Amino acid sequence: MPEPVIELDRVRKDFPSRPPVRALADVSLRVDRGDYLAVVGPSGSGKSTLLNVLGLLDRPTSGSYRLDGTETTELADGARTRLRGGRIGFVFQSFHLLAHRSVVENVMLAEIYGEQARKGRRERALAALERVGLGHRVGFLPDRLSGGERQRAAIARALMGEPSLLLCDEPTGNLDSRNTEAVLDLFDELRGHGLTILVITHEQEVSERAARRVRITDGVLVEEA
Amino acid sequence: MDVRDLVGEAFAGMLARPVRSALTTLGTVLGITTLVITLGVAATAGNQIVGRFDELVATAITVEVPESENTPLVAWDAIDRLTRLRGVVSAAAVAESKDSVNLSVRSNDLVDPTRVTAQTLTVLAATPGLPEAARGRITRGRFFDVGHIERADRVAVLGDQAAKMLGVTRLDRAPAIFIGRHAYTVIGILGDLRRERDLSSAVIVPPSVGRRFGLRDVTRVLVNTSLGAADLVAGQAPTALSPGNGDALQVIAPPSPTRARDQAQDDVDALFLILGLVSLVVGAVGIANVTLVTVMERVAEIGLRRSLGAARRHIAAQFLLESTLTGLAGGVIGASVGVVGIVAISAAKQWTPLLDVRLAVAAPVAGAVVGLLAGLYPALRAARMEPVDALR
Ligand SMILES: Nc1ncnc2c1ncn2[C@@H]1O[C@H](COP(=O)(O)OP(=O)(O)O)[C@@H](O)[C@H]1O
Ligand SMILES: [Mg+2]
Repeated sequence: MPEPVIELDRVRKDFPSRPPVRALADVSLRVDRGDYLAVVGPSGSGKSTLLNVLGLLDRPTSGSYRLDGTETTELADGARTRLRGGRIGFVFQSFHLLAHRSVVENVMLAEIYGEQARKGRRERALAALERVGLGHRVGFLPDRLSGGERQRAAIARALMGEPSLLLCDEPTGNLDSRNTEAVLDLFDELRGHGLTILVITHEQEVSERAARRVRITDGVLVEEA
Repeated sequence: MDVRDLVGEAFAGMLARPVRSALTTLGTVLGITTLVITLGVAATAGNQIVGRFDELVATAITVEVPESENTPLVAWDAIDRLTRLRGVVSAAAVAESKDSVNLSVRSNDLVDPTRVTAQTLTVLAATPGLPEAARGRITRGRFFDVGHIERADRVAVLGDQAAKMLGVTRLDRAPAIFIGRHAYTVIGILGDLRRERDLSSAVIVPPSVGRRFGLRDVTRVLVNTSLGAADLVAGQAPTALSPGNGDALQVIAPPSPTRARDQAQDDVDALFLILGLVSLVVGAVGIANVTLVTVMERVAEIGLRRSLGAARRHIAAQFLLESTLTGLAGGVIGASVGVVGIVAISAAKQWTPLLDVRLAVAAPVAGAVVGLLAGLYPALRAARMEPVDALR
């Protein structure tokens, strides 16, 4: 049996606030290659905290997190940063595109902190944009794009460097239904090519499109049928 | 991360807000401009002083020879040895004594009886190099030569003032003057003295003649050196003039070039230097401020970069480079404006501008250093940011 992409074992995250908050309560989760998983739950239930742990942006208080078979909780900052840059693609609710850079430049940004050669970077970025159906918008500044196009540009950036995992935090939160549809179609297509996708959402429409659904309530994760 | 990518990101960051970046450089521009103009004008002005009246002072050496009981400290022919030294342009030995400064001299011009022709003048003996050594010019006739000295010819050369007082205006009829009861033929008039101006009211005779007035030994030696050789010659002259007794001679050398510079000018320079440095500090604070604001505005961008795999040092390097480039731009603009300023001031004062290449290179570097220092704290703040917080 192949190594899972994500393997969480009793991951706990406590925030030392007053009163202390247990944002993740012994969460165990396994996500295999090619899975399409939706994480749903009410506001304040711990969805973002889970995503931060999965994205190596935050360390759990206890428990084990293996990404592509690598135990990450023991790793030093630098190694976690490299792993993040190489294995994980992020898609944010608010896109996070640099306003003064063209679409293709925004996508190329994904490679500058890695080991990839500069040569061919633009071609790779153009290919990623082609993949998300934005081949006709490469020279535009982000503010000239529609919301759906912006999110597709951000997805193209996340796809640079062939990540093992696409982590999406409310990717359709700022989109109307038509653009939401387009992004979800794109996720289906990417998954069809074997990409592992984890989407955090509170929208019914989005979670229904995923193959698997987990619900998180007050930091407790439960798989839904 | 490739350095070219880092530079590219820093430039893009700067150019994202071009007007703000331009305004941010203002303080640095002001500081660097002030410093460049101050240093440049000081160097140019310093050069002008040396180039004009200081040249005379900087190359004139006088050696005073004290009286001695027995053998003279400096022989008359020692002047030849001195002239052969490297850097010596001209030299002359002079003898003057207490008795010789108040001699009654009159001319033989008895045509005009109303004229008081007897004058009290200084008589001194000198070697033939005197006109050159005193930076003067024979305006009429000639100076006496070695032949006159050897033959002890009774000839005299008058300073131009002395000639006027004695009514000697023409030499074609070989006018004579009387020093005491003896007559001497005037063969030349010495004028336009730029050194030893007292000579213009003196009567100068050959050393072999001077003995009659008690002008036996050399009392003073005038030396002119080439520019920059004064120190060297001042050190060597005593030995050349008086082997073995050089220590007894008193050498009056020109002051060193720094002391020759105008004190007032230095004070003004210091004021402007302080002003320039203060502007630089203000510029640095300005850059630090704006960079800090920029960091706070770009929190989301920092979070994004961290999510793309940027390490803390990448974030720090980018902001540090942005502020350094801002400072560098200020330095380049300041250096350019400063150079234009130096040229303009020089043109107004009709000076030759002295543009030091080192200054033109150092100014942008100084601007970059200002930017670098100013960026330290904001860059640290940016790097310390937790990606989770930055992305919230
Ligand atoms: N940095 C923090 N310090 C203290 N409490 C926090 C912090 N971040 C999140 N929390 C708390 O943890 C819980 C889960 O938050 P979060 O993961 O953001 O929920 P969600 O994304 O599902 O809305 C909330 O109760 C929230 O207040
Ligand atoms: Mg959230």
